[in-house]
Amino acid sequence: MRQFEREQGLVAPLDRANVDTDLIIPKQFLKSIKRTGFGVNLFDELRYLDEGYPGQDASQRPLNPDFVLNQPRYQGASVLLARRNFGCGSSREHAPWALEDFGFRVVIAPSFADIFYNNAFKNGILLVPLDEDTVDRLFKAVEANEGYRLDVDLENQRVTTPEGEIIEFEVDAFRKHCLLNGLDDIGITLQDEDAIRAFEEKHRVARPWLFRDKAPA
Amino acid sequence: MAGQTLYDKLWSQHLVKERDDGTALIYIDRQLLHEVTSPQAFEGLRLANRKPWRLDANLATPDHNVPTTVIERAEGNAGIKDPVSLIQVQTLDDNCAAFGIEEFKINDARQGIVHVVGPEQGATLPGMTVVCGDSHTATHGAFAALAHGIGTSEVEHVLATQCLLAQKMKNMQVRVEGELGTGVTAKDVVLAIIGRIGTAGGTGYAIEFAGSAIQSLSMEGRMTVCNMAIEAGARVGLIAVDDTTIDYLAERPYAPTAEQWDAAVADWRNLVSDADAAFDKVVEIDAASIEPQVSWGTSPEMVTGISGEVPDPADAADDTVQRSYTRALEYMGLAPKQKITDIRLDKVFIGSCTNSRIEDLREAAKVAKGKKVASSIQLAMVVPGSGLVKRQAEAEGLDKIFTEAGFEWREPGCSMCLAMNADKLGAGEHCASTSNRNFEGRQGYGGRTHLVSPAMAAAAAIAGHFVDVRQLDAQPTAQEA
Repeated sequence: MRQFEREQGLVAPLDRANVDTDLIIPKQFLKSIKRTGFGVNLFDELRYLDEGYPGQDASQRPLNPDFVLNQPRYQGASVLLARRNFGCGSSREHAPWALEDFGFRVVIAPSFADIFYNNAFKNGILLVPLDEDTVDRLFKAVEANEGYRLDVDLENQRVTTPEGEIIEFEVDAFRKHCLLNGLDDIGITLQDEDAIRAFEEKHRVARPWLFRDKAPA
Repeated sequence: MAGQTLYDKLWSQHLVKERDDGTALIYIDRQLLHEVTSPQAFEGLRLANRKPWRLDANLATPDHNVPTTVIERAEGNAGIKDPVSLIQVQTLDDNCAAFGIEEFKINDARQGIVHVVGPEQGATLPGMTVVCGDSHTATHGAFAALAHGIGTSEVEHVLATQCLLAQKMKNMQVRVEGELGTGVTAKDVVLAIIGRIGTAGGTGYAIEFAGSAIQSLSMEGRMTVCNMAIEAGARVGLIAVDDTTIDYLAERPYAPTAEQWDAAVADWRNLVSDADAAFDKVVEIDAASIEPQVSWGTSPEMVTGISGEVPDPADAADDTVQRSYTRALEYMGLAPKQKITDIRLDKVFIGSCTNSRIEDLREAAKVAKGKKVASSIQLAMVVPGSGLVKRQAEAEGLDKIFTEAGFEWREPGCSMCLAMNADKLGAGEHCASTSNRNFEGRQGYGGRTHLVSPAMAAAAAIAGHFVDVRQLDAQPTAQEA
């Protein structure tokens, strides 16, 4: 997984609550069997004026000039600012894959849906929950100031505004550790292989009906 | 010390290891796999030269991409006309064959939507941990199984380690007490709950649904309720074990038999919250207050009773809600204060992991029997949840009732719930749908979804607009021009 320490990036404001995973990446793009290439279809229905389908040449599609990510001042943004319950809906990991592929490293919102929260951290994206009032202030600041950038520092768990204001945020210790070090979960879990095998044997004795075959040798 | 909730019990029965950083390793008993969220996980195993930890814990079936017309399905995978969909289904077949995982392929009678297939086979059992790369895995909580959706990285993690890294959720109890009115179904109960607590109301919680109205539901109804826990923000929905649970599972193909069955039943009887268990949050709802529900907006919380009307954004609680309502009405092509019964439909979809089981089809058939789909409806389709549900429905003659009324009777799959196959809405079309999400574009680009119960969907198909299924007998059934 890609490491994350600090992001000093341009902020794009997506002023919408309950941004769902269908909106982040519509289902027709979930047919890919790869993990990459989803960025061009991030927010497809908001970003383009036509209906998207897999394999299209995106450069030939009509852009929606009103959509925030199409506006010149937000080109190259790596920090997405949104409203409450970001990432609700399905478990598709294609949503963080699309955000990451597009270039976002941080999403700031008052709250995130549970499954999306897990999926984002596994793909090197830092989710920063800030209270509604702070998010509202940031929306106003971003809209008022072209080129508004935030400095997001994971190690110290703080966001610094261009005015020098420091906003602290919460992140759980394990996810922070994995993100800072770019660690692969499976490798970490397999360090506990003996504990898993011991548990499995006890579990098999207590509830044999949960096992249909003999364990593979 | 306070007693344990059902969730607490399931958690502690699967706890392999608690770690200093606040996470835990949880053992997974069952993983269900489908074609959309598994290919990258299998690829990850290959790249790292890893093998699945325990083959018999996994069960796979293609569901999201499969076509649903009889003609296409007769050809098996070759009937999948979209080449990208075909690659995805073929990749599932190839991966299952290569790794040795049991799969119900496209034309196996047991194929269907994973969340219909698992319980139907008895592959979902009380006391299990169940995961799938699909958020509606919450469905299996109806059996007092700790079940939730996971992302593809986690699918790979479970394949490789039989465990998941997790953090314990908080406990919420939603109690629905009293008797449900005639014509009010499990779908209406769960939509009413979502309308009450909101789509983020359950975030961070495992929700246990309890109370006399929940206990009175069949397993099919309980699955409908737990299925949509995720639409209330909760990854996990749970219902305690009782006789209904145990009767449903007896003699299912993957369920234990003989003395193991007796031992299992004795163990399952403990899968209830202790009387003195403490919940972090309790929500109480009076069953008698719930009427048939219809969603009017683009989030499942944007829902009201059939006697209600579309809200006026001017009355919204705050700016964010007001903007959401305004945007939703614009997308849905509805006016503030428009009566729900005045919403006209173009298509009707009865199916999905929420409402495609035999009881759902029976309820819809009861309404459709001897009537005709309104001529203004372009397409009304019934998509059974599995090959076995389809077979059962045909044995009961339900297919005839539907086709005589003008519904199309299809082959099993996810179909127009998320429109990954050819079944989709056109831009601007209104659909009465028994599925679970009414997000923008969910059922097709520009499509407008209204979430309802199977009986309400069938009634809407016949009337051409929403009607109160409770008053149906009092209404003329004449076809509209």
